[in-house]
Amino acid sequence: MTDKFISIEGITKRFPAPGGGHTTVFEDLWLSMACGEFTCIIGHSGCGKTTVLNILAGLDRTSSGAVIVDNQAIEGPSLDRAVIFQSHALLPWRSVLGNVAYAVSSKWRKYSRQDISAQAQKFIDLVGLTGSEHKRPAELSGGMKQRVGIARALSIEPKIMLMDEPFSALDALTRGTLQDEVRRICLETGQTAFMITHDVDEAIYLADRIVLMTNGPEAVMAEVVENPLPKDRNRNDIHKNPLYYGVRNHIIDFLVTRSKNFAAEMAGRTHDRRNVPIVRPGAPEPVVAAGTLSVVPQSRPNQEQSSLVQTGLEQTGLAQSCA
Amino acid sequence: MSQSLTLRAGVVSLAIFGLFVGAWHLATMGSGPVAAMDPEYAKLMGATATQGKSTMPGPLDVAQKIWEHLKNPFYDRGPNDKGIGIQLAFSIARVLTGYLLAVIVAIPIGFLIGMSPIMNRALDPFIQILKPISPLAWMPLALYTIKDSSLSSIFVIFICSVWPMMINTAFGVSAVRKEWLNVAKTLEVGTLRRAFTIILPAAAPTILTGMRISIGIAWLVIVAAEMLVGGTGIGYFVWNEWNNLSITNVITAILVIGLVGMLLDQILARATRLVTFPE
Repeated sequence: MTDKFISIEGITKRFPAPGGGHTTVFEDLWLSMACGEFTCIIGHSGCGKTTVLNILAGLDRTSSGAVIVDNQAIEGPSLDRAVIFQSHALLPWRSVLGNVAYAVSSKWRKYSRQDISAQAQKFIDLVGLTGSEHKRPAELSGGMKQRVGIARALSIEPKIMLMDEPFSALDALTRGTLQDEVRRICLETGQTAFMITHDVDEAIYLADRIVLMTNGPEAVMAEVVENPLPKDRNRNDIHKNPLYYGVRNHIIDFLVTRSKNFAAEMAGRTHDRRNVPIVRPGAPEPVVAAGTLSVVPQSRPNQEQSSLVQTGLEQTGLAQSCA
Repeated sequence: MSQSLTLRAGVVSLAIFGLFVGAWHLATMGSGPVAAMDPEYAKLMGATATQGKSTMPGPLDVAQKIWEHLKNPFYDRGPNDKGIGIQLAFSIARVLTGYLLAVIVAIPIGFLIGMSPIMNRALDPFIQILKPISPLAWMPLALYTIKDSSLSSIFVIFICSVWPMMINTAFGVSAVRKEWLNVAKTLEVGTLRRAFTIILPAAAPTILTGMRISIGIAWLVIVAAEMLVGGTGIGYFVWNEWNNLSITNVITAILVIGLVGMLLDQILARATRLVTFPE
């Protein structure tokens, strides 16, 4: 296992601006992700999150810089990197099984029909859609459609799963259930994942590390927040963890003020883009003031990499190997 | 509710039909026997002069004629006297031949135009100029080069069906949702497989809409083309009966042309529904 399973190395994206010159969406981004790690990226609209994801997927090109996945620079889309689209992007003329089988047969061209449906069925079962194999997407609810999207992405056993706000079009209840599913699947299979979200709670629940991006244009990665919550966190009592509000407030403070004023904040100091500061928000100090309990988050930078919990993954048979 | 709506609409349709036929019947009833004339002279005059009969056939005359045709649609008594079934079969065969040739040419070219921006730009001026030409304007050129009247009318059908199909195919192919193409890209699907498994099913409803427009135009054009080239076909039948001054047969042919056109349109409408999937 390597800490640099995926490495974004100094990528820049520029668009030609109307009337000559260029608009820089973001410049010189550096980030590495370890195998089996779940990374979320948070930032306001227009900071280029989707462009970063599309570059990782190979659907978009960098203006300069490169992305290395498993020691190979990416040059276009690959079956190693599966994408879960915001709008699910299911093929409406194919059934649930047909949609997943399409991905499976694209990866393993020599598979027999039985092998293809067996592999597809395995992942349909994994996302809890057993019994709906022969329905067409139009007959499914929004949450079920996104489950098919997840099954399709996982069925090709990718090295990394890329998710572009996969749950933003869903209602809160369905979103919660699907977050649980994605977390369970990622923990069971040791899947490396990269996800764009606008939802701070979603990021805290799912991610091992949360990347904070400043506002575009010329967005930069301001810091990487290491999730201090235990790996076995549970949706129902996550908010009772003493560290929870520390992380949450830190991210919200960033989104509300610091994302705008980051350049001013850094004035006089150097922001090392190659080694974006890693922050691990600690326990807040309870302050009792006028009968109300409020918390003050205490941030202390921490340069240590988190160690990943990989126990129990090998027994499931679905565990990913990052060799 | 919807059933009763269908029922009520049907009642209204029948009422309109009844009114129309009634008005037609009244208008063509004639004025009855006119002033007495010398029987020798009356023999020389037609029924219009002697009995005050209308020059236009009434609905009963037409119904009787239709019944005659239905009883024996496929008789063949020489070049100028064939059953309406035979004439229709000639027309439909020409339309289908020209139309299928158009499908074979238009859909691949439409795919090319839709998938390649260069070909789109390069072929656009040709299409823009060729599309508005009345198909019958091609007829003399076709007769001169092909030297066969039947094949020339097939060519005219081909040339009029090809444009709506080509343009709709190109539009359908270029308007395939980007996310479906991205699905194919991230799955490393090759160009040919992408064309058949993503673009074709996604564009099929638009392509079939173009085919539906084309079959409508083809059926419009075949009547005119056959009037020009003569020989066989429902268009020739209309013109021949006009020369015979058999207005009853002309009205019968008009009805039959309408019915066949509707049938062709409905077949393609059903095919369009088969390939359309809601999201």
